[in-house]
Amino acid sequence: MTSPLLQVEGLTAGYGAAPVLHDVNLTVQPGEIVAVLGANGAGKTTLLRTLSGLVRSSRGSVVFDGADLRSTKVEQMVRRGIAHVPEGRGVVTELTVDENLRLGGLWRRDQADAKRALDEVYELFPALAQRRAFAGHQLSGGERQMLALGRALIGRPRLLLLDEPSLGLAPKITAQIMALLRDLQKRTGLAVLLVEQNVRSALSIADEGVVLALGRVVTRNRASALRDDADLRHAYLGF
Amino acid sequence: MSQFVYLTFDGLSRGAVYAAFALALVLIWRAARIVNFAQGAMAVAAVYAGYSVTNATGSYWLGFVTALVAGLILGVVVERVVMRFVDHSSPLNGVVVALGLVLVIQGVLGMIYGNEFQPVETPFSRDAFQIGDVALLSRYDLFVFAAVGAVVVALTLLFTRTAVGLRMRAAAFAPDVSRLLGVSVGGMLTLGWALAAAVGSLAGMLVVPTELGLHPTAMDVVFISAFTAAVVGGLDSPIGAVTGGLIVGLLLSYVSGYVEPTVAPMAVLLLLVVVLLGRPGGLFSSSKARVA
Amino acid sequence: MTDMKQKTAAHDVPEKSVPKRRGGSRLAPLLIVLAGAVVILILSYTLPPFRNYQLATVGAYLCVTAGLTVLTGLNGQLSLGHGALMATGAYAFALAQNKWLSMPVSFVVAIAVTTAAGAVIGLAAARLRGPYLAGLTLAVAIVVPSVTSTFDEVFNSDQGLSVVLDPPPGTIPMERWQVWLCWAGALITVLVLATLVRGRFGRRLRAVRDDETAAKLAGVNIARTQVLAFVVSAVCAGLAGSLFALLAQSVSPGAFPLTLSLFLVMAIVIGGLGSLFGALWGAVLLVALPAFAQSIAEQTGSHRLEGNLALVVFGVVLIVVMLAAPGGLASIRFTFIRRFRRVR
Repeated sequence: MTSPLLQVEGLTAGYGAAPVLHDVNLTVQPGEIVAVLGANGAGKTTLLRTLSGLVRSSRGSVVFDGADLRSTKVEQMVRRGIAHVPEGRGVVTELTVDENLRLGGLWRRDQADAKRALDEVYELFPALAQRRAFAGHQLSGGERQMLALGRALIGRPRLLLLDEPSLGLAPKITAQIMALLRDLQKRTGLAVLLVEQNVRSALSIADEGVVLALGRVVTRNRASALRDDADLRHAYLGF
Repeated sequence: MSQFVYLTFDGLSRGAVYAAFALALVLIWRAARIVNFAQGAMAVAAVYAGYSVTNATGSYWLGFVTALVAGLILGVVVERVVMRFVDHSSPLNGVVVALGLVLVIQGVLGMIYGNEFQPVETPFSRDAFQIGDVALLSRYDLFVFAAVGAVVVALTLLFTRTAVGLRMRAAAFAPDVSRLLGVSVGGMLTLGWALAAAVGSLAGMLVVPTELGLHPTAMDVVFISAFTAAVVGGLDSPIGAVTGGLIVGLLLSYVSGYVEPTVAPMAVLLLLVVVLLGRPGGLFSSSKARVA
Repeated sequence: MTDMKQKTAAHDVPEKSVPKRRGGSRLAPLLIVLAGAVVILILSYTLPPFRNYQLATVGAYLCVTAGLTVLTGLNGQLSLGHGALMATGAYAFALAQNKWLSMPVSFVVAIAVTTAAGAVIGLAAARLRGPYLAGLTLAVAIVVPSVTSTFDEVFNSDQGLSVVLDPPPGTIPMERWQVWLCWAGALITVLVLATLVRGRFGRRLRAVRDDETAAKLAGVNIARTQVLAFVVSAVCAGLAGSLFALLAQSVSPGAFPLTLSLFLVMAIVIGGLGSLFGALWGAVLLVALPAFAQSIAEQTGSHRLEGNLALVVFGVVLIVVMLAAPGGLASIRFTFIRRFRRVR
């Protein structure tokens, strides 16, 4: 087994005095898709926000590719190779599609490659290419998700933190996005930490699953094992 | 007729200054959601700095550059030292802190330079060109138009064509997302304050010689006019600020010329009230209530 | 020093009188005001004339800071225009006094005029929030003094008007008479405001400040409450302005600059928003700080420090208080209330 890309140990974090996450452990291997599952309020979004530094952690360690992430500033995450597509997609609605995408590559030293990546994204999402000059608020939910995902890819990340990509999307579009993630993983070796309420979709593409309940990890297992564990499904995942 | 032509040019020239000052207010509003009530005082401080250098060296242009640089620095200091730490749970907090800055800046200026009006020279003649017996506009008016025009063009290019401009807009609209994309949001905020303060200083340099002279409170009335201009245009809209500035300038000029100069401030107050109550959101914005 | 004594005296009273439950809490303001009146009366006989003049000024300031506290602290509206409302009251008082030479009539005229002015500004203000309200009232503060130049045959431009006063009754010295008048005004203001604030009006004010939507759902007419709050505080400012005219025996636009309005805001913020004791503190500061700065300026012999040092001190204190209080204005209000409760 290679050394993990992301190793989280004993992570405790939250807003104000009361922690939302308690003693969370998880690992993401290079090129692996890990699904974080759990009910509303289980702490899934807080987990991602803590990993990217938007929420301060009080205890534990987060190691990414050998470097300590807890002391890394939010602005630096993207330079380390971590892209976070936040809940609600984080499209800057006042900016155009093109501006949103360019924003994703501004930090890069290699601007030539950023330009190449931009063209690739337009190739990957022809719908976006047609709407370059549209403002973010003029896009549909699916297009916004593509835009947020495309913008993250322009940084050529090694780890993608993806928060509820299926939220508010038609099943067909959700399936497209899941297929795309799988494809990216195969082609580029992208690792994904995928937070989802839509358990079926998430487990359909994930290698590993982590189940959170009330801020604690209750189970970590192969995705296939989680799919087959009827008791667990009933208890925590509701299907 | 000839009076009308003269007043129109005069109004546009004044309006250009208000436009620049209103633009500075809009810059900070968009970046930080704060109406910078200290902007007038900050601009006066920068103009005093320029005035000192001009007096020492005899060069207007050296003083002019000094004032802009002083504005830039003052903007950075005010944002980094004071405004950054203002609590944003109520919009009144920023207002009250800015008012504290007004007191401090005016007090310090009074201590250093005294509370007498200091006459300030213009770099160009203020005598209007004549065509026949119609007075048009002066060299100084042309200089004002050129300076403000250059600022408007430069800011437009900065925000629409450059990476820094894109970062600044993104940081203002969506700070968290921008940070996740590697944008230094704090840095952009400081930059916004610095730019706004420099533009405000420019407006100060342009307007002070045309009024009573340099005094710690010299920009109080200008601030009100510019605030009105920004409100007329909608605080969110740079184009609105420029248009609003020109409208206020023309109004002031016509009222001064046709009615009485002392009535002009009241006309501005009236315009402010009418716009605030009649057209919430300004002429160039679509928001409904003035709840900011 | 003397003002400190007065304050502690006022503070002692609620400790003793409040445990009488509801009826007691109704009576508390009256008792405090009566105690205050006694203290002022004693002070007015013991202080030298100049201190008496300062004490009278504190009383005049207390009228406006108390009104502003109700507006900003309890209703959440920030007004930068109360200096201008004071000017309105002062000029109305001066004109009436010079025409009819009857002080009661002049006070009534001044209050009537500022009520009208307050209603006009308040009607506009009720539809505005945050920076827009601040900007409008700032415009009022800057523009209104210029009216004196526009109608210079009435207001005599920058020179202003002198105010003709009857000599004080009997052999009472002028300063003591001024103390009595100013503090009568201040204590009546405080009593009226304290009674208003403890009743339904006060609950409505706070409801609107804390959550407009909730207040509306509870049947509070938001606009009417806000206009009323503005008018009440405008009347207080008008009374304060009349007292200033009476103190200086003259009125001029220079006496009501923008900085006066800013000082008033500073006074209520530093005094502790939302409490009438805070307003008293603020009024004391408004007299004590400039006097303190003045004495420093005199010691250093620099006339440029005069006036300007007070500005800087006020500004710095205001900024520091605002930045140090977590949550800004709101927390200043709440910490004060908590402190007050602990005292009780």
